[in-house]
Amino acid sequence: MSLKQNLHILKEKYKGTKMAPAFNAIHTFLYLPNEVTHGGTHIKAADDLKRTMNIVIMALVPCLLFGMFNAGYQHYAAIDGSLRANVLANFFTFDNLWIGIIKVLPLVIVSYGVGLLVEFIFAVIKGHEVEEGYLVTGMLVPLIVPIDTPLWMLAVAVVFGVVIGKEVFGGTGMNILNPALTIRAFLFFAYPTWMSGDKVWVYDAVNKTGTADAISGETMLGYYAKAGQEMTIKGANGAADIVTTYGDRANELYSNWDKFAGFIPGSVGETSTLLILVGAAILIFTKIGSWRIIVSTFLGAAAMGIIFNQIVAADIITESSKFYGLMNTVWYEHLMIGGLAFGAVFMATDPVTGSQTNKGKWMYGFLIGFISIMIRVFNPAYPEGVFLAILLMNVFAPTIDHYVVQGNIKKRLKRAKVKTA
Amino acid sequence: MSKDIRIKKGLDIKLVGGAEETTKGIPLSAIYAIKPEDFHGITPKLVAKEGVKVKAGDTLFYSKSDERILFPSPVSGKVVEVTRGARRKVLAVKIAADVKQEYKKFETKDAAKMSVEEVKNYLFAAGCWPFIKQRPYDVVANPNQAPKSIFVSAYASAPLAADLDYTLAGKEAELQIAITAVSKLTDGKIHVSVAANSNSPLANLNGVELHKVSGPHPSGNVGTQIAKIDPINKGEVIWVITPQDLVIIGELLLTGKFNATRTIALTGSKFSKPQYVTAIVGASITDVTASNLENDNTRIISGNVLSGKEVKADDFLGYYDNQITAIPEGDDYELFGWTKPVFNKISASRALTFSWLTPNKKYDLNTNTNGEHRAFVVTGSYENVFPLDIYPMQLLKAFMIKDLDEMEALGGYEVAPEDFALTEFICVSKQPHQKIIREGLDLMREELG
Repeated sequence: MSLKQNLHILKEKYKGTKMAPAFNAIHTFLYLPNEVTHGGTHIKAADDLKRTMNIVIMALVPCLLFGMFNAGYQHYAAIDGSLRANVLANFFTFDNLWIGIIKVLPLVIVSYGVGLLVEFIFAVIKGHEVEEGYLVTGMLVPLIVPIDTPLWMLAVAVVFGVVIGKEVFGGTGMNILNPALTIRAFLFFAYPTWMSGDKVWVYDAVNKTGTADAISGETMLGYYAKAGQEMTIKGANGAADIVTTYGDRANELYSNWDKFAGFIPGSVGETSTLLILVGAAILIFTKIGSWRIIVSTFLGAAAMGIIFNQIVAADIITESSKFYGLMNTVWYEHLMIGGLAFGAVFMATDPVTGSQTNKGKWMYGFLIGFISIMIRVFNPAYPEGVFLAILLMNVFAPTIDHYVVQGNIKKRLKRAKVKTA
Repeated sequence: MSKDIRIKKGLDIKLVGGAEETTKGIPLSAIYAIKPEDFHGITPKLVAKEGVKVKAGDTLFYSKSDERILFPSPVSGKVVEVTRGARRKVLAVKIAADVKQEYKKFETKDAAKMSVEEVKNYLFAAGCWPFIKQRPYDVVANPNQAPKSIFVSAYASAPLAADLDYTLAGKEAELQIAITAVSKLTDGKIHVSVAANSNSPLANLNGVELHKVSGPHPSGNVGTQIAKIDPINKGEVIWVITPQDLVIIGELLLTGKFNATRTIALTGSKFSKPQYVTAIVGASITDVTASNLENDNTRIISGNVLSGKEVKADDFLGYYDNQITAIPEGDDYELFGWTKPVFNKISASRALTFSWLTPNKKYDLNTNTNGEHRAFVVTGSYENVFPLDIYPMQLLKAFMIKDLDEMEALGGYEVAPEDFALTEFICVSKQPHQKIIREGLDLMREELG
């Protein structure tokens, strides 16, 4: 008997039992179910939620692969700065990938393992099918955490994020906050000393702190936040120490091309704006992701960036201000560094937690971009505003939709009044 | 303002098995059946008991809420069986047809000289009132409420729909007299819509406002046309009649005979020769589809694939239907069907689905749901196939939670289940949109009148 028939017999056997959802979850991964239509349309379009989620995961794969190489590259480049001289030759190497395999893959495995376990438990307890939402969340999470995040921390955060962020609201489709960002926020607020600062972004930087081999794990945002401050670089091989500023140092280390292509330290999968845009192209072309949200998020961020640049240009803020560094960052650089692009393309577009009306999506996205840069500038101690901005707008998305829909209702009432008048 | 209607949002579902333009006469069926459930919202009071002889046009049952609304027998013969379901609900009244058909004699009329009351009483008496349906709620029209206008859509844009230009050809006289009669029932206009570039027999009627319709399905749905031309506000009513039913009314006025004969399209990939047949309302499916149907794991649908009703071969043709569709059942598993590239199914996205590459290809779709039922997740996709100025997902959610204020405010009066057929077709979460709308409309009708 074929596998198909065997599984069919098993499915009939499990039907109605507690374990049915768990079995079906695995079964439906192998086979599109044999369900037929009843009562409504007799035919259905080809897309289901699994297919939709699958496209998002595929759009994330380039970022994941790049992140694995980048994990190794940043590690070795921090030890030996001369590697940065020829990025392309020193980037796609097996040594780099190996660091990615031993550091990034465990993050992916823990994220999926723990998250899906929670999903299965809830499905069995509540007797509903295992929903696909976590397939994307599970991939997003390892891409938005720093490379040196301990696995136990990630596991705790995933349990929290899935249970409190999603299941308590009723599962996929019912949640108010983006689960992946809930996990990220939990990590940030529960372990703030670990999750911020200038070490955790590059593999081994934490371990080597205070030793003779100490390496820097500073992100672009970290550099820019302290742009005006002096820093001292230990001279190599007994040479004199070099005194420079953080801003100059950043520009010396990373060109705009590095920032755009992603050869910079940062969370695992969010450094390469280029590949994120490739993902965005996939999402928009397949009609899975909302281009309205993506475009408006970038517009909002650019607008805020330009406003800050103008403030600096008008000498309202001077170099002595602690906001000066990031305020003076050219607006288009804001779009390339930090998590903005990743958030705009993969986080803000979550249809469940985002605005649901087309008009609302414009406003929702614009405010995400706008507020992201605002938080970034005014919170230089931890200059990553994107996830906070998205979570904030998640909360306000229903309000935005409410007013958009009210517009439609008012139009209808007005039409009725014109008639009766 | 232009009277023509151009729709951009929508989706043409192109299937194999379009009816070829030949019409076959078929012999009388042995048994005909009228099913009260075809008349949504009507509670039947039986008149014809088992064993009674009836003529075509004799009353079988009437509406409990309005005794003037009669439901006639489509054929002459003997009432052989009244099948009942739970709580003795009447499921079908079956009539064994006479070999020689006899018609109840009605008066012939000059429609132009009839008064409003005369038209009404005439339609009541001959059992033609059920042909008039109303919006809101998509039920048989309430005769006590005057409609602000009447809509007739002579453009069928649903998948594989019968070509009304073909099936109604030569019926100009019947259509004209019926329109003249029906136009007395409203102070407003009679809106007739035909496909752009068609030679519809309805294109040259007098006393109507003609609209040329173009664009993808649901441009032919009367709900879409109402929304574009004369949207329904709270407290207003619009009546809707199909052109094929106008022909029956017209023939009655001209000849005095209630002759519920229709040209039916047999469509879908499971017909060996998709074509047209003439059949009387309530005919048995087996007889109508005789020797043409490949009835092997086949879904037979009285109506179209989007809004029709599932029937078995021993069932009967629906009262309003002019189409029978037969497509393969999809009760089989498909290895990695959720992830592999799809070339043989239609999709509104491009998620490794490639129907966007071949917009003119005809597909042989089966009844597989292509995935499991889920909560609403994806947003913004319904809007692309939904031409009404309504937020479809928000309305569906209001209907699901039965929030009457929201249902009313968001446009509940303007919709019928069939308006949500396309959104249901493309729904990634496989939600039963039409059922949600039907139940919501029933609730609104009960609570808000």
